[in-house]
Amino acid sequence: MSLFIQSIVNGLNQGAIYALIALGYTMVYGIIRMINFAHGDFIMVGAYTLFYTIPLMISAGMPAWLAVIIAIVICSVIGVMVEVIAYRPVRRSGSMSALITALAMSVFLENLAMVLFGANPKSVPAIFNLPAVEILGAKLQLKYLLTLGIGILIMVGLQLFVKFTKLGKAMRAVPQDKQAATLVGIKVNKIITTTFAIGSGLAAVAALMYCSTYPRCTTDMGSMMGLKAFIAAVLGGIGVIPGAMIGGLIVGLVEIFVKVYIAPGWYEAITYSILIIVLLIKPSGILGKNVGEKV
Amino acid sequence: MFKCGRSNRMKKIESKKVAYLLNFIAICIFFGILMILFKKEVFGSRTSYFQGICTTACYTIIMVASLNLLTGFMGEFSLGHAGFMSVGAFSSAILTNYLAESGIPSFVLFLMCLLVGGIAAGITGIAVGVPALRLRGDYLCIVTVAFAEIIRVAFCNFKITGGGKTMSGITRLSNFYWVFWVMVICVTIMYMYVRSRYGRTVMAIREDYIAASASGINVTYYKVLTFTISAFFAGIAGAIYAHYMTAIIPTNFNFNYSAEFLTEVIIGGTGSLTGSVIGAAFLSALPELMRQFSNYRMLAYSIVLVLVMIFKPSGIFGTYEFSLVRVINRLLGKSTTGSTASKKTVQEVE
Repeated sequence: MSLFIQSIVNGLNQGAIYALIALGYTMVYGIIRMINFAHGDFIMVGAYTLFYTIPLMISAGMPAWLAVIIAIVICSVIGVMVEVIAYRPVRRSGSMSALITALAMSVFLENLAMVLFGANPKSVPAIFNLPAVEILGAKLQLKYLLTLGIGILIMVGLQLFVKFTKLGKAMRAVPQDKQAATLVGIKVNKIITTTFAIGSGLAAVAALMYCSTYPRCTTDMGSMMGLKAFIAAVLGGIGVIPGAMIGGLIVGLVEIFVKVYIAPGWYEAITYSILIIVLLIKPSGILGKNVGEKV
Repeated sequence: MFKCGRSNRMKKIESKKVAYLLNFIAICIFFGILMILFKKEVFGSRTSYFQGICTTACYTIIMVASLNLLTGFMGEFSLGHAGFMSVGAFSSAILTNYLAESGIPSFVLFLMCLLVGGIAAGITGIAVGVPALRLRGDYLCIVTVAFAEIIRVAFCNFKITGGGKTMSGITRLSNFYWVFWVMVICVTIMYMYVRSRYGRTVMAIREDYIAASASGINVTYYKVLTFTISAFFAGIAGAIYAHYMTAIIPTNFNFNYSAEFLTEVIIGGTGSLTGSVIGAAFLSALPELMRQFSNYRMLAYSIVLVLVMIFKPSGIFGTYEFSLVRVINRLLGKSTTGSTASKKTVQEVE
C-alpha cells in the first residue's frame, strides 16, 4: 500500500514535469504547426543556468529557488533568439524545412553545451530543503507535492491568460487564420515570438522541478525528456492546454508504475507504444478535436 | 510511327547499356586507384587507418542513400533509421556468432550476414511501415523515433543481444574491398529503383498523394514498399557496421545517430543520390581526418544545416544527378543526343 501511494506521488511529480514541458510544445505547435525539437534543450539550458546560479544565490544569502528567475530570463532570451534567427527565415518554405531547422537547432544547442560545459554530468545543489512526511505509512517528499502544486498553478494561470487577456486571444487568433489576424491588427510575428518566450520560460520552470527531483544535468538530458513531453502533448491533444496537463500526468504515472510493478527495463518502450497507439487510433489526442483534411 | 518509336526505344536501351558500361569502368578505375594507394602503402603506417575511414564512408553512404529514398523521393522523414541499422547489425552478429566455427568461407559468411541483416531489417520495416505510414509529416517523423526507441529498449533487454551490455567478439568480416563493392551494388540498385516505374510512382506520391491515388496508384502499397527497401539497405549497412566494429551496443543506435544521417541526407541534397554519396563520403571522412575538432563536428553540421535550410532548402545538390555520359558528351562537344532522342520518342508516341 505504501509503495502504491509512493508510486502515485512519484508519478504525479514526474507527470507534472512532463506536463510543463508539454505546454511549451503545445503552445508552439498550436500557433505555427511545428514540432519544436529544440524545446527539450531549453530545459537543458535552464538546468545548466541553475547549476551556475544557485551557488551565487546561496552565497548572496537568498533562497536557492530564486535562481529560477534568472533561468527563466535566459531560457526566454535563447528561445526568442532561436525563433528569430533560425525559424523565422524558413517559415514560408514549408513544414519540412521547419522540422529540419528545429532538429538542427536541437543538435546545435546540445553540442554547444557539450563544448561549453564538457560532457561530464554536473550535479545541481539542493534547491528545496523540505522534510519528508509520512502519510498512510508512505514516506512522501514534500518537494514532490510542491512540484505538482507549481505545475497545476502554472497550468491554470496559463489557461486563464490565453482565454481572457488580449494577448492570449491574439495567440488563439493567429493559428485560426493568419491573414485575418493581420487584418484586425495583430502583429503575427510578434505574437509568435511571445509564444516562444513563454514556452521557453516554462521550460526553465520545468528545469527547476526536474533538478529538485534528479539533481544532475547532462547535455543530452533535453532530447529524450523533450520527446516524452511531446508524447504527453500528443496524448492530451496537441494545441490544447489542459490536454498537456492530462497527457503529462498520464505519461508520468504510466512510466513510474511500469518501472515499479511490471518491467523496469521496458518503461520507455511502453511510453513510446502509448504514443504509437494514440496516433493510430485518435491522432488528435484525448481532448483534441478531429479536423478533417482539406483537399 | 509506332515502329519508329520502337527503334528509338531500342536506341535508348543501347545508350543506356553504354552508360552503365561507362559508369562501371569509371568505378573500376576509381577502385583500382584506391587499391593501388592501399597496396603500395602510399600512406605508410597509416594505410589501415585510411582503409578504416573508407569503410566507414562506405556504410555511411549506404545508410544515407537508403534514407534519401524516403526523404528525397518519397518526401517523408524517418528519424528512426538507426533503429533499422541496429536490427541489421544485431541479427547478422547473432548469425556470425552462431556460425563462427562452422568453417564456412568468410566471403560466403559475409554475404550471408548482409542478406540476413537486410532481410531482418526489411521485415522490421514492414512491421513498422504498415501502421506508421498511415501518418504523414511531423507525426510520421515522431512515430519513427518512437519505433527506433522501442527497438533500442528491446535490444537492451534481450539476452541474445547482450542484455544492454556491449556485444563484442564479432568476427571481423568487413574489409574495405568487399564493402566497396557492396556499396556500389546497393547504390546502383537504389538508383535503378528510383529510375524505374516504381520510383516514378513514388515521386508522383511525393508531389501530390491525393492526385496520385486519384489516378489509380495504391499509395499505401508503394509507400510501404519504399519504406521496406530503405530499411533493407539500412540493415545491410548495419551488418557491415557490426562486422567492421566487432563490438556493438544498442545505445549507440539512438536518436542522435538517426538525426546525424538525416542531417547528411539534407545537406547532400534531398532527391539526389549523387548528393547522398558525396555528402556522406565527405561528412563521414572529414571529422575522422580532423580528430582534434571532433567536438565541433555536430556543431558545424547543425549550423550548415540551418544555413542550407535558409538559403537552399533542397540541399547542396538539390535534385541534380551526376551523369558521366553527359560529361563525356559535353567534353566531346556533342549535344545531349540521348535526351533529345527520348523527347522525340515521347512526342511520337503521343
